[in-house]
Amino acid sequence: MLKRVHFGPSALPFILVAPQIIITVIFFIWPAGHALYQSFLIQDAFGLKTEFVWFENFEVLFDDEHYLGAFQRTFMFSILVASISMGFALMLAAMADRIVKGAMTYRTLLIWPYAVAPVAAGALWVFMLDPTLGIMTYALGGLGYEWNHKLNGNEAMALVVIASAWKQVAYNFLFFLAGMQAIPKSLIEAAAIDGAGPLRRFWTIIFPLLSPTTFFLMVVNVVYAFFDTFGIIHAITQGGPAKATEILVYKVYNDGFVGLDLGSSAVQSVILMGIVISLTVLQFRYIEKKVEY
Amino acid sequence: MVENRPMVTLISHIVLILGVLTIAFPIWITFVAATHDAVRMVQIPLPLWPGGMFFENLEQALLKGIEGATGLGVGFMLLNSLVMALMIACGKIAISLLSAFAIVYFRFPFRMGFFWMIFITLMLPVEVRIIPTFEVVANLGMLNTYWGLSIPLIASATATFMFRQTFLTIPDELLEAARIDGAGPMQFFKDILLPMSRTNIAALFVILFIYGWNQYLWPLLVTTDRDMYTIVMGIKQLLEAAEQAPEWNIIMMTTLLAMLPPVAVVVFMQKLFVKGLTETEK
Repeated sequence: MLKRVHFGPSALPFILVAPQIIITVIFFIWPAGHALYQSFLIQDAFGLKTEFVWFENFEVLFDDEHYLGAFQRTFMFSILVASISMGFALMLAAMADRIVKGAMTYRTLLIWPYAVAPVAAGALWVFMLDPTLGIMTYALGGLGYEWNHKLNGNEAMALVVIASAWKQVAYNFLFFLAGMQAIPKSLIEAAAIDGAGPLRRFWTIIFPLLSPTTFFLMVVNVVYAFFDTFGIIHAITQGGPAKATEILVYKVYNDGFVGLDLGSSAVQSVILMGIVISLTVLQFRYIEKKVEY
Repeated sequence: MVENRPMVTLISHIVLILGVLTIAFPIWITFVAATHDAVRMVQIPLPLWPGGMFFENLEQALLKGIEGATGLGVGFMLLNSLVMALMIACGKIAISLLSAFAIVYFRFPFRMGFFWMIFITLMLPVEVRIIPTFEVVANLGMLNTYWGLSIPLIASATATFMFRQTFLTIPDELLEAARIDGAGPMQFFKDILLPMSRTNIAALFVILFIYGWNQYLWPLLVTTDRDMYTIVMGIKQLLEAAEQAPEWNIIMMTTLLAMLPPVAVVVFMQKLFVKGLTETEK
């Protein structure tokens, strides 16, 4: 951590860390602590009396079927987003790893959606699948399927999943490709000499050796689906129809800023913090171990 | 390549090209929509080939906007986004460089305590603490200001970690040599550490610029004044207006404008982008 050769104690290091620490305390630790504190309080309807109730707010929340529904939905949503975007990216990366000429050109053409803002990604897809005008809606209509995500909850979910996965393919592709290029070529050559075809080599050598990358990406994708997709959902469905796409982050925003139920929103924030902390710990513990096979 | 199998290579290319087309298709449709006039954009089926109205739409999107939304162009929103993205990127880099320098090169009381305090920010993305943070910003009177937009997003554990990592790889002999030559801590920082971390700073800047430009939830909360809207919020405004009177050509032009700066950064600074992405996420 500390350099063997370093500067002695003085006021300078305190001045150097001060900006970072001040911002952290004012905008991170204080608000988070406040949310934690608020989540243990109950306020009467007129805001006159507040009472310390320990975990009652949490109990109320976990009895609320809307909240449990949002929980389930968030899990389904993040699993779908993670598996679709990772599957697609893995396939493309395996192909790009095989070819010698042009791999970098393909990389350029595949990674740019990373830079597209979630709201913009939402706008692109909602335009293509607009129930009356959308070009894909028209194509689906030609196939005899009537698409209307404004009425059908499953279609709304499908739409936000596709838009979210589309944006995340770039990131996954980049990491899968880097992971594959780090695998020693001698292993693959040895397998080829033993007569293993490309598919067999992929499943018995490349895929197992990629498992650290895969695990890392899984955590990153779940975090992405949990938190960064707010813009996509806000742009496309606003959580509707009938809450079909209301995930946890959206519910925190909706209950707090639209419904003005600050108490419940604080409790939900605390639960989300718990989820982020466990995911981060998972990721760090794992990375420290650096599993090898 | 391990072996010569032209068929497999051909299939690889075909799959990749299909993948690229799938990924790019929405952008193509967006671009096409941005080149037609409003009348064409309500006739089913919508066009698949560009029309000739690109510059007219560009002018309308930038300067006039559409009826029913803000009624303003999005030119000033681009400027707001730029200011916010630059403030976030530069601010994060500056404070992380300083704190990483202090943590790696100084022995002082509470050093590890500070380190863990910074680490905590990693676990508290703005999405999970929106309401209490909003209250703090409101109490400080920072709503509708560039400061309110950027400062709460500036503290960053990842950037601090990355610089810490970079500094740890710099040989100790450099500090010894600098000391013998009579350099103080700040001179060492300015003349040796900064030049040696130049590429890392650039790589991080690319990532943070994209991060800052694409912020959505936070600007949505702290700006109520139209003058402070960012371009990403502008898209949402137009989408809401589209519920009544869809002017998709202008909406899609605005979306293109919002995507262009960060996408250009990724494409033209690809090397730095990849470096930044792989190093901050470790």
